[in-house]
Amino acid sequence: MVRGPVDGVARAYRRDMARSPFAPSFWRSPLRGPWLTSVLGIVLLGGITLLFVTGLLSYAAYNPDLAPVNDKTPDKGVLGFYLFSWPTDPHWLYRLDQGVHVTLGITLIPVLLAKLWSVVPKLFTLPPARSLAHALERISLLLLVGGALFEFVTGVLNVQLDYLFPGSFYPLHFYGAWVFFTAFVAHAVLKTPLALRNLRRLREPREEQSELVSPDPAEPTVSRRGALWFVGGGSLLLFLTTAGQSFDGFLRRTALLAPHGGAEPGSGPGGFQINKTAAYAGIDPAETGEEAWRLVVTGRDGRTVRLGRAELLRLPLHSSALPIACVEGWSTSDQWWRGVRLRDLAALVGYEDDPPDVFVESLQRHGAFRRAALRSNQVADPRSLLALFVNGEDLTPDHGHPARIIVPAAPGVLNTKWVARLTFGDL
Amino acid sequence: MRIPLGSPLQLLLLVCSFALAGYAGVRLLAGDWFGVALWFVGAAVLHDLVLLPLYAAADRALVKTAGRHVLYVRVPAAFSLLLLLVWFPLISGQVADRYARATGLSPDGFLARWLLVTAVLFGGSAVVFVVRRRRATKQRPPAVH
Repeated sequence: MVRGPVDGVARAYRRDMARSPFAPSFWRSPLRGPWLTSVLGIVLLGGITLLFVTGLLSYAAYNPDLAPVNDKTPDKGVLGFYLFSWPTDPHWLYRLDQGVHVTLGITLIPVLLAKLWSVVPKLFTLPPARSLAHALERISLLLLVGGALFEFVTGVLNVQLDYLFPGSFYPLHFYGAWVFFTAFVAHAVLKTPLALRNLRRLREPREEQSELVSPDPAEPTVSRRGALWFVGGGSLLLFLTTAGQSFDGFLRRTALLAPHGGAEPGSGPGGFQINKTAAYAGIDPAETGEEAWRLVVTGRDGRTVRLGRAELLRLPLHSSALPIACVEGWSTSDQWWRGVRLRDLAALVGYEDDPPDVFVESLQRHGAFRRAALRSNQVADPRSLLALFVNGEDLTPDHGHPARIIVPAAPGVLNTKWVARLTFGDL
Repeated sequence: MRIPLGSPLQLLLLVCSFALAGYAGVRLLAGDWFGVALWFVGAAVLHDLVLLPLYAAADRALVKTAGRHVLYVRVPAAFSLLLLLVWFPLISGQVADRYARATGLSPDGFLARWLLVTAVLFGGSAVVFVVRRRRATKQRPPAVH
């Protein structure tokens, strides 16, 4: 039989189509299929839900509804519907919440990448939309994929102090989370029943009729279970080299690549993790010396007292064991702080029995949290101190000498360092 | 031509999700709207059209070169690149100055530690390879001449 030109064109067309990602035969991995995608999807369903909840709690921990200085997202509207007075018990609440948020987020990166890989052929579906619902679902997937990557990338950059993103971290990560989560919920509602059905039906990772399964699979180099071990291994590696930054001593040294892993900054009583050094915060040593520094405390009806360090030391001193826990996910174990109770300072200026909120100002020249507000429940807690000592010695300059706030369960940046002024009263 | 609607439940769900996404999205875009939109869409485009094809092509090339032993290279290489991807700002030293000034910690160890982890990953893979091959040679019956 003579091969006609039409035949040749058809063959060439088929060959070209196979080279185009729009052809199902372009995707040749024998691993893709409903089983792998469903397993990864179910892991992300749990993992991302936990990320979202810990993130919302972390946001509430700043008490953004208390005062404008705490609120980096003043236009939040109904997105702050769930806000509540952040408690002071248990004292490790923020440490746990934010440690889980950041460590889990980093651990989930391989799962997210694998999930996106497993469904990438669907990006090139033809026709682009079969129905209006399908078209909207594909737009929703852009919000889902773009949103997931946006949240993971801004989070990963922020913990490494790499502020490349277009704006302040708080509003970007908070509003971005809501955009992402709306698409995530829609996707979960549409796909979870299917994923669970797939997992029940396919206890064994067998082939199955699905647009994810390659019609022309290449020779397998690894089984589907093997691929899952591979993804899990990547997650385990990230977990093991990150989680240690939430602990001290040997465990911190296991966090080989995490920003606050490795060695402590110096030794001795002040040799624990620092968020921002005195030099970075622009603290002038001339302002913190014994002669120059005065704490200004203002209270009921504008009653004001000015206290030098010597006068503060004559007030009753108390101790509390509390951690420093940062929004960046790292934390220290409990340090032994000693200083004047915030509620005793409130009593000095007319609030004897009813400690109110307090507005705290630092000597810091710059920084988003050089001024911060604490709520009355935080002021009233007997463990909340204006600390002058840590671990038995004077505070070091980098830990806030001459005086810093320390409050149980509060995010690190609300434990204001280099305190200059306290204004008690309802905010 | 009439466009099919598709599942009404799915439509309602998606429109509801868009309305909420719009509410948050207006706030997300309130500042540098172009920059944020670029990051949001750019992240998806960069991942789907650059990162994924790049690592898929690298893996295909690896399979061609290493044949049935591909896993012994693929696993350590992928894990090492994963760590580099996540911790690139610290490993590359692009935030070294700010990092050192802010935290009081040394910015110098990250590259060295990443290289050491990479060495351990590849070294471990080599050990597994040798052990498995030895076991395979021992189990194989002696060749008949």
